[in-house]
Amino acid sequence: MNHLIAFKTIVRKEIYRFLRIWPQTLLPPAITTALYFLIFGKLMGDRIGTINGATYMDYIVPGIILMSVISHAYSNVVSSFYSTKFQRNIEELLVAPVPNWVILAGYVSGGIARGLLVGVVVALISQIFTDIPVNNAMIAVSSAILTATVFALAGFINATLAESFDDISLIPNFVLTPLSYLGGVFYSVDMLPGIWQKISLGNPILYMINSFRYGLIGITDIDVQLAFAMTGGFILLLTLTSLILLHKGIGIKN
Amino acid sequence: MKALSLRNLRKTYNNGFEALKGIDLDVEAGDFFALLGPNGAGKSSAIGIISSLVNPTSGSVSVFGHNLKTEREKAKSCIGLVPQEINFNQFDTVKAIVFNQAGYYGMPRKLALQRTEYCLKQMDLWDKRDSVSRRLSGGMKRRVMIARAMVHAPKLLILDEPTAGVDIEIRRAMWKLMKEVNEQGTTIILTTHYLEEAESLCRNIAIIDQGKIVENTDMASLLARLNLDHFVLDLAESVTAMPHLQGYHVEQISGKVLNVAVPKEAGLNQLFNQLSAQNIKVMSMKNKTNRLEQLFMDLIESKPVSANP
Repeated sequence: MNHLIAFKTIVRKEIYRFLRIWPQTLLPPAITTALYFLIFGKLMGDRIGTINGATYMDYIVPGIILMSVISHAYSNVVSSFYSTKFQRNIEELLVAPVPNWVILAGYVSGGIARGLLVGVVVALISQIFTDIPVNNAMIAVSSAILTATVFALAGFINATLAESFDDISLIPNFVLTPLSYLGGVFYSVDMLPGIWQKISLGNPILYMINSFRYGLIGITDIDVQLAFAMTGGFILLLTLTSLILLHKGIGIKN
Repeated sequence: MKALSLRNLRKTYNNGFEALKGIDLDVEAGDFFALLGPNGAGKSSAIGIISSLVNPTSGSVSVFGHNLKTEREKAKSCIGLVPQEINFNQFDTVKAIVFNQAGYYGMPRKLALQRTEYCLKQMDLWDKRDSVSRRLSGGMKRRVMIARAMVHAPKLLILDEPTAGVDIEIRRAMWKLMKEVNEQGTTIILTTHYLEEAESLCRNIAIIDQGKIVENTDMASLLARLNLDHFVLDLAESVTAMPHLQGYHVEQISGKVLNVAVPKEAGLNQLFNQLSAQNIKVMSMKNKTNRLEQLFMDLIESKPVSANP
């Protein structure tokens, strides 16, 4: 059985889905982030000055790009896989000889593709406001891909366990968005009082944003190797959880 | 060669409901097999387990000799499923639905396109290939599901109430199609509530009730066990008193309509002789109930098959 064809079929279907509805998937982040750059970066940033030697605009660009990657990688998988469950066309995959890891890899790749495409759109918009230097392209690209993978996997687990459309909006609204804002998008953790610095270190998004920021502008609050190790650990943990859910058929079968 | 073999198949759901109580079933390759049963009898659980949509509690499923647990991919490759409810993405085009399914079965692009075209043409849907599926009629949606199930040329096709809710014209067309598919060598398992459908299409039959197989035989033998036929006679003129017909049980529905139970050994000639002798002219006659329906009701109500009226 050729699993590569099944994998490519799922990925192609997923990419076609979010491209077909581009006014819902690609246009909003372009508008929202343009407003972030204009209001926070341009209007307020000029009064804030520099952070760790970078202008405020340059400092927030990597965080805003990665925040968009996180939110769209997650929402692509959670909405697509939950709709597949809801419309019961998940049965098309369950009946066919497609192993669970191919189903997972297909949906997660679709989420990564949308996350990265939105990231590129936001990066292009940022060029209107500032010229972002690339300190280390390999670190920037790999941290964006790994971060998208983490949140695509998280979206898959959310969709698998969800029993209603309310369940797929709870995590993005009440967990993902607060953690993103508190993950050092708009500030350095060094600016926080002692106890809050320590609490912030428990936020996984902080590590991902800092490694990506290091890749672009060469500034980080966190050791980059530690950030990559943590992201890798999350990928492993979430992949195993997803495969166990698929194997047991939790939220999918019966 | 067995197309399907179920051994001691059990399913108990999380809420404690025991849907299957250890069923054994064999379906021969090339057969057109009816799996019947009232709502909640366990049909859908059995079909769900065979097609990997439901996890069994215990027991084994073998498809063309491949165990569904140990040779999962080989077993699944043999099966095509047409489910009871529409379950494709309603925003996809007809062609995308069938083509993607071919991809899930690992079919190379060129072959997948050829098979998609072949199956859509066979289902008379080629002209609708670029239509968004939610805009199709109910009958067309059913045919899309058959085309999707057929795209990888399965050896075993499971049709779970494929004609539910479609009009009689489409139903007849689908019967013709199912017969052709079976004649081309595909084994078919059919579940349906239209017992006339099972009687006219299927060669063998199993009836499942309360999680157990209560009957498993060939259609001809089962029908032969029915020794009473019920007929409705439309008379030319009203009769004031119910006619006495020796050897037959008669019920007067209205002045011009009689309901007659005819024992097989008595036949119809004697009935008409007696009616003619009493100057009762019959204008038309029809079966009161479908023969299989009568047997089905007898079996699930645990009455003897040759029950008296």
